[in-house]
Amino acid sequence: MKILVTVKRVIDYNVQVRVKADGTGVEKENVKMSMNPPDENAVEEALRIKESGKADEIIILSIGEEKCQETIRTALAMGADRGILVKTNNEIEPLSVSKIVSKIVEIENPGLILMGKQAIDDDSNQTAQMTSALLNWPQATFASKIEIADNNATITREVDEGLERIKVKMPFIASCDLRLNEPRYASLPNIMKAKKKPIDVKPVEELGIDVKPRIENIKISEPASRQKGVMVADVAELVQKLKYEAKVI
Amino acid sequence: MSVLILAEHNNSEVKSSTLSTISAASKITNDVEVLILGFNIENISKEISNYQYVSKVLTLDNEKFEHAIAENIEPVIVSLADKYTHILAAANTFGKNVMPRVAVKLDVAQISDIVTIESEDTFVRPIYAGNALATVKSNDSKKVITIRPTSFDIMAKEGGSGIVESINFDLTEHNVEFIDREESKSDRPELSTARIVVSGGRGLQSAENFKLISDIADKLNAAIGASRAAVDAGYVSNDYQVGQTGKVVVPDLYIAVGISGAIQHLAGMKESKIIVAINKDEEAPIFNIADYGLSADLFEALPQLSSELDKLNSIEK
Ligand SMILES: Cc1cc2nc3c(=O)[nH]c(=O)nc-3n(C[C@H](O)[C@H](O)[C@H](O)COP(=O)(O)OP(=O)(O)OC[C@H]3O[C@@H](n4cnc5c(N)ncnc54)[C@H](O)[C@@H]3O)c2cc1C
Ligand SMILES: Nc1ncnc2c1ncn2[C@@H]1O[C@H](COP(=O)(O)O)[C@@H](O)[C@H]1O
Repeated sequence: MKILVTVKRVIDYNVQVRVKADGTGVEKENVKMSMNPPDENAVEEALRIKESGKADEIIILSIGEEKCQETIRTALAMGADRGILVKTNNEIEPLSVSKIVSKIVEIENPGLILMGKQAIDDDSNQTAQMTSALLNWPQATFASKIEIADNNATITREVDEGLERIKVKMPFIASCDLRLNEPRYASLPNIMKAKKKPIDVKPVEELGIDVKPRIENIKISEPASRQKGVMVADVAELVQKLKYEAKVI
Repeated sequence: MSVLILAEHNNSEVKSSTLSTISAASKITNDVEVLILGFNIENISKEISNYQYVSKVLTLDNEKFEHAIAENIEPVIVSLADKYTHILAAANTFGKNVMPRVAVKLDVAQISDIVTIESEDTFVRPIYAGNALATVKSNDSKKVITIRPTSFDIMAKEGGSGIVESINFDLTEHNVEFIDREESKSDRPELSTARIVVSGGRGLQSAENFKLISDIADKLNAAIGASRAAVDAGYVSNDYQVGQTGKVVVPDLYIAVGISGAIQHLAGMKESKIIVAINKDEEAPIFNIADYGLSADLFEALPQLSSELDKLNSIEK
């Protein structure tokens, strides 16, 4: 079985994101970029499934500019086998990403797709669900446990009320939560080895998919900032303030 | 303009997110129709038909809809979509699971987690964990939207006089089987709508120590929240998590204890009216957004807080 894992290149989660003064977007110049955090969990899970003997190849797919190759390399250094970059310099919405993934699925025929549950830049939380609907494969979203049996899998999902378990038939598509596993670090020898692993670069135009955005960004603005409040000396003062100043208790 | 909203419920009770979603829909039209799928839902269908703004309730009462399986819900919505300009659900794990499927089947982009409706096609949504607000315009003919429940007031549960209409749908079986759900049971207010939330972070050090948090929560009739670090460490279960990848809360009072204030946590609570931070590190970033900061060891401060609350002759709950 082949596993297809999608990885998105995003501003690193530790960076304090700044809105550009002209309202056209956020500052991306000289900003540290990394793999979208839950995508690391997706890569890790794929590696574990392969190590358990249930898969024999892990393909990493990223959609975006040339530099996404770095993100793919990171996944290859963790242990994935090869990469595909669908190249475009334009912003690609989840709708288009799901169409591109479906196209790659036609070509590669994987038995399982793992994605992150949410990209931490656009915070959309859509792509896995859309891809599932397009392929007509079952979806296992917000997965914090994936147990693969012969022809099906039991998934533990993180839902607002707690945890839910579902059983899905293979092939299926999962969107991974950060609690799914602890992603490994790439060792130095594996980083070296990853340099020789193949990445197939396909311009998006070659796929014959309409990727024109449907949503227009009118403006990107800074949220209202909170006034820094006061420090209180002790608990007694805190309670007095809450009772008589803020009047919330 | 006609809007269809997807109701969230557990077959016996309507979730408050449904009210927020109706409230959001009422900003687009005064002709809101509600779709409710479930099993033995006669009572709650009737209940929803009385809600303000609701003109019609479409109900599909069938065993196959007892559990909210996205693969089963999506085709029903898609089959009804022709009649509506907007289809709305809540941006929680229920709505997020279903709506992108609906969008892709209609070949439209989904607009996630909106906090403001500027016009019928223009919306505001937070991106980058709430560090930026995007004003976006949808150029699709039909709008598929999830709304952030805490950003829309809950409307009245009466005053409406909608009709209830049952619908049929021939569900073809899908390859998904519901096994079970492990829900945390508590008598406390629901986290996402509570007036007061007391949250604990890694500073609590253990599940046992979370008793210090629940003691304060009991006295204030508050919900309990947690940082991702506290959930990851197993102090409390995942449904307590507040933040970018957890729940968004906007209580009147949010008390953060032993939480450093990472942006991913702030994403879920920084709109709270009053924020209190208790942390022993006076440099902790949480103090930058706190209305009242107390630099103290929580293991001393929480028992003191408990006894100070006892001393008050009245607590507004
Ligand atoms: C993609 C992504 C999504 C994320 N989503 C979320 C999310 O939804 N919600 C979330 O919360 N986090 C989220 N995180 C994690 C986030 O980045 C932080 O790691 C997390 O919020 C830290 O939790 P904490 O403040 O409890 O722990 P820490 O950062 O370790 O802080 C513990 C604090 O406790 C204080 N402390 C320790 N002992 C005491 C004591 N005795 N008395 C008083 N104070 C004490 C310390 O001074 C410190 O400030 C996410 C991260 C990523 C990468
Ligand atoms: N441009 C992209 N390239 C590769 N994967 C992507 C891309 N956009 C989204 N994804 C995948 O879809 C997941 C969910 O993204 P989103 O729906 O945008 O929140 C991410 O965690 C990625 O795994």
